[in-house]
Amino acid sequence: MPHFSPLGKYLSLLPALLVFALLALLPVINLLITSFHEVSWQAGTKQMEWVGLDNYADIPADPLFKAGVINTAIVVIFATSAQVIIGLALALGCSALGKKGRFYRPLIILPLLIPGIVIGAIWRLMYNSEFGVFNLILEAVGLTGHDWLGSSSTALASVIVVDIWHWTPFAFLLLLAAVESLPRDVSEAAKIDGATTWQEFRYVTLPLLYPAIFMTFLFRAVMASKIFDEVFLLTSGGPGTSTEVVSFTIFQRYFLQDNPGYGSALSVSIIFVVSVIIVIALNAGRSRELAQS
Amino acid sequence: MTTSGKSRLYRRADVFLHGFLIAAIFITLAPFVYIALSSFKTQISLLMGQVTFTPTLLNYDEVLFDRTSDYLRNFTNSVIVTTISTLFVVTISFFAGYSLFRMRWPSYVVNTFLIWSMAFNLIPSVTLASAWYDLARTVGISNDYLALVLAHTTLHLPIALWLLASFFREIPRELEDAAYVDGAGFITLVRRVVAPLMAPGLVATAILIYVFSWNEFPVALALTNNETGTVPVAIAKYAQEEEIKYTQMAAASVLSAIPALIALLFGQRFIVRGLTAGAVK
Repeated sequence: MPHFSPLGKYLSLLPALLVFALLALLPVINLLITSFHEVSWQAGTKQMEWVGLDNYADIPADPLFKAGVINTAIVVIFATSAQVIIGLALALGCSALGKKGRFYRPLIILPLLIPGIVIGAIWRLMYNSEFGVFNLILEAVGLTGHDWLGSSSTALASVIVVDIWHWTPFAFLLLLAAVESLPRDVSEAAKIDGATTWQEFRYVTLPLLYPAIFMTFLFRAVMASKIFDEVFLLTSGGPGTSTEVVSFTIFQRYFLQDNPGYGSALSVSIIFVVSVIIVIALNAGRSRELAQS
Repeated sequence: MTTSGKSRLYRRADVFLHGFLIAAIFITLAPFVYIALSSFKTQISLLMGQVTFTPTLLNYDEVLFDRTSDYLRNFTNSVIVTTISTLFVVTISFFAGYSLFRMRWPSYVVNTFLIWSMAFNLIPSVTLASAWYDLARTVGISNDYLALVLAHTTLHLPIALWLLASFFREIPRELEDAAYVDGAGFITLVRRVVAPLMAPGLVATAILIYVFSWNEFPVALALTNNETGTVPVAIAKYAQEEEIKYTQMAAASVLSAIPALIALLFGQRFIVRGLTAGAVK
């Protein structure tokens, strides 16, 4: 075991420590301080007026925020579930084909690497009510087209479809890694005992995959709760508040309406709520593991 | 059941699986084909919903070379910001990782960094964008490359640290010990032993961070102006105009995918490795 001079040890960690302290911790603390103030800019200088918890008190009555929380929850639940289910099916299919399944992998993961904004642009074209590909197909078979993003009944569902298309590859990749690391002898034992393919999946493969499925769900849920790019480009939260999501609310309040005090209070609340949810989810996962062992 | 009967059954299942996966590939690729085709149409042809059309390079010409288009500048901005912040992230996380996982820090130091890496990913980047915007404005570097480079470095350092942690765990300590016994100093050890062993991990991290930084939108939107805007900011601007130039937006989108396509062509193995390493281990 090498024993380095303490200098090397500290110097190599120093840059990361500086980034952590100055660019991560400091701005978040600043955010917390700002959230107790009313901020205005006069002639290039910042004026801060202490307002205590007023900004936080305004949150429950904010119609955008309320819609944002509900819509974000809907996106997280439906998009994430669909991604895990489809991703699992694709992973099992790919892995069952062995080496021949390798061919499909790079093609399936392509959407992961494309900017969210571009994904939004692509689907905005496809959803267009006048010349989008969906309505062209519908009209070609004699049905009438629909304003997918423009009507409040389908806007959120349309956004969810885009999120599913964009991020199922991520669930696929994580679950494929889990499927490929499954012990082979267990499924062979099940086959020898005469289990059908369904029984083998239901009682052998699936239980072994629970931890990976749980982790994938958690990862994707966290990412989905931050959805911003696609909404920004597809609908900007509309029509009305039907696709308003939390990140977009913060963007509107902080930047568009230039209200840093209230925007910061929203940000701090979100950070707090997300932390609580994660702690609960991790504890639930752990107690499940304990119950199984 | 005879052997031939069994293999026929397997083959039928295989055909079904291939069919399923080909359908998935079709759904995945069709939107890309659609946007690529749209980028070669004229605006009128797209608005009329014409299926057959004569391909034109007009949109690319206008996006790249028209005097009113900032796209080339946006592209250059993206290359600058993404390259510098990726270099920062990989260098800083490599040394931090080496220090944390190899140099006997008390466990609470290591854990603090790992928890930071995790927790930081939970925070919506819009909230961080507002925090950095305020900081940049106070220090006087808003709308500067520096602000976005630092923000992207901070945003992606935790992911890089998390990824490298899983790669560090895999390289054997014995080689380092042997080199140390042979009298190698810190710099020789890093250059001759650790860096070569970590090369695949560093490449995977660099590719992923490059793609993440290239794609990043909310922070870039908050910290840039017309002069310093990146590619995603430029594409978002197309969508916000009164009369959207759809075909130009399509051409700009196709051009924006170039780094991702290069990464996928040459670094597929690394991308898969990197995306799964952080999560599974």
